[in-house]
Amino acid sequence: MYAQMVKSENTDSGPELDAFQARIDAGEKIEPKDWMPAGYRKTLIRQISQHAHSEIVGQLPEGNWITRAPTLERKAILLAKVQDEAGHGLYLYCAAETLGVSRDELTEMLLDGRMKYSSIFNYPTLTWADIGAIGWLVDGAAIMNQVPLQRTSYGPYARAMVRICKEESFHQRQGYDIMMKMAQGSEAQKRMAQDALNRYWYPSLMMFGPSDKESVHSAQSMSWRIKINSNDELRQKFVDQTVPQAEYLGLTVPDENLRLDPETGHYKFSEPDWTEFFEVLNGNGPCNKERLEARNKAWDDGQWVRDGMMAHARKKAARAASAKVVAE
Amino acid sequence: MSYQDTNPRNEWPLWEIFIRGQHGMSHRHVGSLHAPDAEMAIKNARDVYTRRNEGVSIWVVEAEKITASSPSDKGPMYEPSQSKVYRHPTFFDIPDDVGAM
Ligand SMILES: [Fe+2]
Ligand SMILES: [Fe+2]
Ligand SMILES: [Fe+2]
Repeated sequence: MYAQMVKSENTDSGPELDAFQARIDAGEKIEPKDWMPAGYRKTLIRQISQHAHSEIVGQLPEGNWITRAPTLERKAILLAKVQDEAGHGLYLYCAAETLGVSRDELTEMLLDGRMKYSSIFNYPTLTWADIGAIGWLVDGAAIMNQVPLQRTSYGPYARAMVRICKEESFHQRQGYDIMMKMAQGSEAQKRMAQDALNRYWYPSLMMFGPSDKESVHSAQSMSWRIKINSNDELRQKFVDQTVPQAEYLGLTVPDENLRLDPETGHYKFSEPDWTEFFEVLNGNGPCNKERLEARNKAWDDGQWVRDGMMAHARKKAARAASAKVVAE
Repeated sequence: MSYQDTNPRNEWPLWEIFIRGQHGMSHRHVGSLHAPDAEMAIKNARDVYTRRNEGVSIWVVEAEKITASSPSDKGPMYEPSQSKVYRHPTFFDIPDDVGAM
């Protein structure tokens, strides 16, 4: 998902740990100042910041089309969508900060490659239809994962998720709206819509991560309630929901093996190419280099602004303080 | 210790954001953000937390300036009120004949 392959760390044991687990099992929320196992803290920092980084890097592929949106209305809508994603990143960084890391520290770890972001944002947006496909499929997949996370055990994370989920359905609908327009348009537009679906289908399925049926990390994260569903469960749910939507558009899901199993009521579908997934995760996707360069450039170019504003704020505060002394 | 020692990255401080919604309720904590000063914190809060008419008024407080109760005091702080059920109106049995009260 936005946080893929997050390794859990379980380093503690003892009566405190049992009491902690009992609180989680009872559905209580863990808050920043509460005792928590070091492994829970570490895993959460990793997961929440990977999620935050994904929201931030995720602005790049869509930002690519803001200046080229086909109408002024589409441009305003896309701008609002991308601005929301910036907001999502900020909510999540703040949630991570309650665990004792600073946002700039997390940013540095993204920029030098120590921390990851979702594989999906390393694919290019070649046509306007890709913007439709991203809203429909990528935000759609994100919603699948984020809705259950509103019930996660860590209070600040759960609250951030509630805000995010409120905003996400606008994202998915605006994407589907673009796809409807294209799919009902000229032959060329229809081809573009189909091409976008062809390219984004499997990368969207990869967002959920490889099967984690046997993963010890997933089992640990699930008992801590920082992961609610298995990757396969969510992927199945996504396919079941999305295939009829593609049919409505008159588009074909690029999977010869796709069929509805009348016994289970679920679709059978082909797995994505997991070798490709690991390649992208390890930095070898089509846009990894470009994305990290863009983030690094934004960070470096913004340095003087951040410093300047801080210096100005300090000067103003000092001036106000000395004015007070004079008045007294 | 100088400011540079405690904040080697020269990071903008963290602010807690409180917003009053449309319906005359109290300001409610909605989250936090970074800003160089209070004025910028309000501007950022507008962009980050009120993009969909969520509020009509914003308070910002530097996170450092907040003093919070500690979770380990939960018992002594809140348990005493558990035994004082007479503080709730439902404790008293008033006959129906008396009418609304
Ligand atoms: Fe988002
Ligand atoms: Fe997103
Ligand atoms: Fe989104």
